[in-house]
Amino acid sequence: MQRAFLAGIVVSALAGYYGVFVVQRRLSFLGVGLSHAAFGGVALGLLWGVNPLWTALPFTVAVALGITAITHHSSVSGDTAIGVFFAASIAVGVILLTFKQSYTADAFAYLFGSILAVQTADLWVLGGITMLAGSTVPFWGRWAYATFDRNLARADGVPVDWDDYVLSVLLAVTIVAAVKVVGIVLAAAFFVIPAAAARMLSGTFLQMTVLAVLLGVVTAIGGLLGSYTFDLPSGAAIILVQAAAFGLAVLVGKHS
Amino acid sequence: MTCFRTVHAFIFRLVTSVPPSVAVSDLSVQFGDHSVLEGITFTVEDGSFVAVVGPNGGGKTTLLRVLLGLVGPDAGRATVLGHSPSEIDPDLIGYVPQVKRLDRTFPARAIDLVMTGVHQRWPFRISTEERTQALDALRRVGAEELADRSLDGLSGGELQRIYLARSLAREPRLILLDEPATGIDVAGAADLYDVLEADQGERDTTIIMVTHDWNAAYHHADLVLLLDGRQVGFGPPDEVLTDAGLREAFGHTGHAHAMLMG
Repeated sequence: MQRAFLAGIVVSALAGYYGVFVVQRRLSFLGVGLSHAAFGGVALGLLWGVNPLWTALPFTVAVALGITAITHHSSVSGDTAIGVFFAASIAVGVILLTFKQSYTADAFAYLFGSILAVQTADLWVLGGITMLAGSTVPFWGRWAYATFDRNLARADGVPVDWDDYVLSVLLAVTIVAAVKVVGIVLAAAFFVIPAAAARMLSGTFLQMTVLAVLLGVVTAIGGLLGSYTFDLPSGAAIILVQAAAFGLAVLVGKHS
Repeated sequence: MTCFRTVHAFIFRLVTSVPPSVAVSDLSVQFGDHSVLEGITFTVEDGSFVAVVGPNGGGKTTLLRVLLGLVGPDAGRATVLGHSPSEIDPDLIGYVPQVKRLDRTFPARAIDLVMTGVHQRWPFRISTEERTQALDALRRVGAEELADRSLDGLSGGELQRIYLARSLAREPRLILLDEPATGIDVAGAADLYDVLEADQGERDTTIIMVTHDWNAAYHHADLVLLLDGRQVGFGPPDEVLTDAGLREAFGHTGHAHAMLMG
């Protein structure tokens, strides 16, 4: 249970942080695409009998880089590139799982999350991801600038294209962590709902960032407590608490 | 006055070997198979106010993007303050984009945007000293009272002043404006030109303004670059914005020409 709380809090804080860029850059579909793309990597881990986090991480990062590269270097739009990679990764996962006889329960756990099954090894992976994310905090100012206006930032010498790759990799890594906690189907919500609620209540991007992290953490704790008390699936419980917070923010927010 | 300033700048450059603000020679830009700019050549001395005029699709904004280092030339070259546009210190350039490009869903106050003119990144926190600097810039455009207002509630004219304050905050040597009068009323546009001309006079700032407004170009600019993919004319407004020049660039002279000559 302690591991579950620790994992839930860390993942939701990270997702809230990256979520502000996802929401303001209109990348919600990238979150959905990458979380589903993780399925291919998870299937690979299940097939090889290794911790699926270790295979899902490089797999999802490769998909994120692929989507970003195609968006930058071709006339294909971002949502189309995401649609292609998303479907292809799921297809890879489905085919891989046909080679494994007793796959159903494991795959189901990854589709809908299993926060109570978080192992100590998973916490180490989460710790690494948190340190990686923490090391990028100094980039907040230039990422926010490019989120506000790419051309203005680029004219001021911000390496906008390079930062897109860095951000997509970090997003992929954090999404894989969220998949473990909340599942493939619901992981993207972690990156969208707290940040969207924070937007309703914020007058500056800094306020939005801080509030998204806080809302992520508070709703994760609330959802986990609800899940524990009423014996509900943890991922779904967290998302419902987030949705309730969003509804409240719409009602009271000055930007609704 | 205009001629005197241009000649003065030229002599100053000869004596001191200071490069011109902008030098473009035989510049061509293509997007795929489509030629956007071809054979553009002009030189802008320090302290000039240049209007880039032409029809939609005439390459005006592309030229601005070349000078900002956002688009590379396919042939020829452009230098800004003696450097390649992609290598210049961004602090020397004040860029005022089109107001209509603003993402109104982004949570920000006017002072946050002005601060990007000072530090080239989104502000994390604003110190007292930085706030004073930003307020000074806002005061110069008459928008000090807007400092803490949310960007999404400002009118087009107010936003234009905030963008201009942002570019003035870094005390640039060159200001590049993309259709600054679009979306603002006549009085707002007049205020904008007053501020630009004041900065030009006080600090010898060079101003290059892309505009579809012949009238503004005629009355405010020292020099006009008339573009239609290629260079139709470059020189003082009364020599370039002629019936023949406008007909060549736009295909007609329209009523606007009668207005500006009147």
